[in-house]
Amino acid sequence: MIVMQNVYKKYPNGIVAANGIDVHIDQGEFVYVVGPSGAGKSTFIKMMYREEKPTKGTILVNGLNIAKLKNSKVPLFRRNIGVVFQDFKLLPRLTVYENVAFALEVIEESPKNIKRRVMEVLDLVNLKHKARMLPTELSGGEQQRVSIARAIVNSPRVVIADEPTGNLDPDTSWEIMKLFEEINARGTTVVMATHNKEIVNTLKHRVIAIEGGLIVRDEQRGEYGYEN
Amino acid sequence: MTFASVSAVTVTLLLVGVFFVIMMNLNKVATSIEEDVIIRVHIDLVATDDEQNELKKQIEAIPGVESITYSSKEEELENMIKSLGKEGEVFRLFEQDNPLNDVFVVKAKNPHDTGKIAKQIEKLKHASKVNYGQANVEKLFRFLEISRNVGAVLIVGLLFTAIFLISNTIKITIIARKREIEIMRLVGATNGFIRWPFFLEGLWLGVLGSIIPITVVVSLYKYAHDYLTAKLSNHFIQILSFDPFAYQIAAVLLLMGALIGVWGSVMSVRKFLKA
Repeated sequence: MIVMQNVYKKYPNGIVAANGIDVHIDQGEFVYVVGPSGAGKSTFIKMMYREEKPTKGTILVNGLNIAKLKNSKVPLFRRNIGVVFQDFKLLPRLTVYENVAFALEVIEESPKNIKRRVMEVLDLVNLKHKARMLPTELSGGEQQRVSIARAIVNSPRVVIADEPTGNLDPDTSWEIMKLFEEINARGTTVVMATHNKEIVNTLKHRVIAIEGGLIVRDEQRGEYGYEN
Repeated sequence: MTFASVSAVTVTLLLVGVFFVIMMNLNKVATSIEEDVIIRVHIDLVATDDEQNELKKQIEAIPGVESITYSSKEEELENMIKSLGKEGEVFRLFEQDNPLNDVFVVKAKNPHDTGKIAKQIEKLKHASKVNYGQANVEKLFRFLEISRNVGAVLIVGLLFTAIFLISNTIKITIIARKREIEIMRLVGATNGFIRWPFFLEGLWLGVLGSIIPITVVVSLYKYAHDYLTAKLSNHFIQILSFDPFAYQIAAVLLLMGALIGVWGSVMSVRKFLKA
């Protein structure tokens, strides 16, 4: 569950990216975050995984107020959420297997459990056969699947995705969306910022539109609402 | 990247190592020369034993005098004959009727006070001649002081150069590591967990960077030591012996390399661990 109450964010350069945001996302929901570039989408998403700290307000994720979270506690908080990016953010020198296992190694999981769990999620994203390859040897869609596997390997209750299909062609984008649907079907909350009109209008879910640092629209089974 | 860091450490340590060896030896030579500076007080030939004792007491009373030793004219002659080697044997003729004076050998607590003390002794009764190599000693002291000051300035300059070299390398390394650290933080790695591999890497790079300087400095010192010892043996000047000095310098360079490496990589990571 994610709750934002009266959240403001002003950057040092004076830009106000959140101007009093109130939102309530229940456990197990699938939410699209849409809006023009520079409207505050990214800040909204980044504040959810404590990459940015709000200037004012409360942000509860799984009952924890991350607006007040000490820097030293951020790593522990991050272990309970999964994050997926447009540019995948994989470590280029590690294999597919190692990239996914890394998220379990940092929490000092036993080697036996790591192996079992990594193979499980690689199977889920259909990349078991490429476990030993390097990210650079994979296509964009495959790399994104690795990054999704890494995001869910800890069995987080929330997965946050910032334009996960932004770098992918339409066919690959649908494959990736299928994975997010599966993850959501298992009870995980999914929050996804996207510019993809077709996806939002086809796979219907709750749509939150942000403009000028404010939520201007919040509809169940909503439309994308912008021209591409 | 790795090559740049290792080279920065190598160059720095090579400069520091060579310079350190020179400074330490210069200091050793300077100290040993300083310690050899003595005042020879020739005692009046007509002075009685009581008068000699009186003179001794007066010299002892001068502030800054560390020790005073008596050397009879017979001992003086013997020393002279020995120091001249074979040709000195001719002076045995004087053993019957020794023309030399009895001598007090006076040593100052601080070698730099030698001149001052010598002047005070000159004024005393029964001190016929006071000798401490006046002009030479003062020149030597001036030379030693200048070389120490120059050495200190060079060391400070060298340290600044080293810091500049290494911090530049770190700046490049930071960019390469930014992404890596960002991802580690993203999946929930604690700062300690992130720092540890970088700490080890820095240690490793530093140790690697110290290998060439240690080899070069130690083998150069071996060569220089053998050469200089042979050259200087006639002048009673000693440089630091190979064992243990070479091992000490190797240990110092290894330690410095490790510290520089660890410091560098921990600094480069620190910036990204705050957010």
